[in-house]
Amino acid sequence: MTTISAPRTRGAGPGRRTSRGNWELYGWVFMRASGVVLLVLIFGHLFVNLVAGDGISAIDFGFVAGKWASPFWQVWDLLMLWLAMIHGTNGVRTIINDYAERDGTRMVLKLALYVSFVVVVVLGTLVIFTFDPCPPNSPADLLPSFCTA
Amino acid sequence: MTAVAERSAAAEPKAGEIPSFEVTLKIRRYTPETHGDEAYWEEHTVTAHGTDRLLDALHKIKWESDGSLTFRRSCAHGVCGSDAMRINGRNRLACKALLKDLNPDKPITVEPIKGLPVIKDLVVDMEPFFASYREIMPFLITTGTEPSRERLQSPEQRARFDDTTKCILCAACTSSCPVFWTDGQYFGPAAIVNAHRFIFDSRDEGGAQRLEILNDKEGVWRCRTTFNCTEACPRGIEVTKAIQEVKRAMITRAF
Repeated sequence: MTTISAPRTRGAGPGRRTSRGNWELYGWVFMRASGVVLLVLIFGHLFVNLVAGDGISAIDFGFVAGKWASPFWQVWDLLMLWLAMIHGTNGVRTIINDYAERDGTRMVLKLALYVSFVVVVVLGTLVIFTFDPCPPNSPADLLPSFCTA
Repeated sequence: MTAVAERSAAAEPKAGEIPSFEVTLKIRRYTPETHGDEAYWEEHTVTAHGTDRLLDALHKIKWESDGSLTFRRSCAHGVCGSDAMRINGRNRLACKALLKDLNPDKPITVEPIKGLPVIKDLVVDMEPFFASYREIMPFLITTGTEPSRERLQSPEQRARFDDTTKCILCAACTSSCPVFWTDGQYFGPAAIVNAHRFIFDSRDEGGAQRLEILNDKEGVWRCRTTFNCTEACPRGIEVTKAIQEVKRAMITRAF
């Protein structure tokens, strides 16, 4: 049986906080546009990594390093990271707004969401641009075989 | 009265007789004056005919067995929009729901519509609903001098918003919307439908204002197109479609 909220709980009405402007509109359009772009980016990514050439057996440390040596794949992965993270975060934000009834719950969940967004995006961006397969002064047994230091 | 007595005496169906059946209603009641602050379920069994609607069964309970049962109804014929309620989990007008279509073999659950504060039994406080309705300015807005004759409109211009003129403000759509259930801040389908009725009216000049009002955090962008509203509308209005048309009007205006 569905639960029914306590009778005479005050609903909304005249006390609505108005916040007009095109923010939600742009968000709505962004979700559609980024969704289409992500389809291309993600399936392109999957094809190049898992199907093309030697397929899945080609993936190793060197494969990733080779891809990120080219600015094309840097931009591709950066775009994929940012679009996917903004798209996903906005989607989860929407779900939190729709389902979290108490203001406190809503705030805590959104805070956790935004923190994880920042961590993933900052870390991901950093890795894409600073990835070095052969970091200097590393123990030799931890380095891939092609590193001839 | 005599006809009924005769029939039971004869104990055989006469030509043209309407078959009757027993139906149980499981009603969500809330009567703080006598039963405390908790809502509770109450079952009533009545004899009904194939032509009876749920409203007839409720009348029978109220008039013949429990006068304390409280619900709204005015015209009782699907026009005034007073008796929207949650019947077997779906928002329907009690005066348009035939008992025979509701599977009378099982108890039929009857609850007040969700998302609005219950006042008593099946009666809810409609004020939050009407507050949203008032906010979208449901009246003709024009500029300039008033014409000395009617404001003419072609059949095509009229057809553009014909669907949304059918709304009777019963709140079946708004109170079926899961986004409205959460915190009741969302304008709700009914307010958007009635804004649509004026936004797409060629005689009206308040479209920009109305779009501005609905371009709110709690406006059309909270619609998740679950189609609950379209399913619930007793007038068959394509509510979700109307909401999407308002969204599209906003996007074409912004870009």
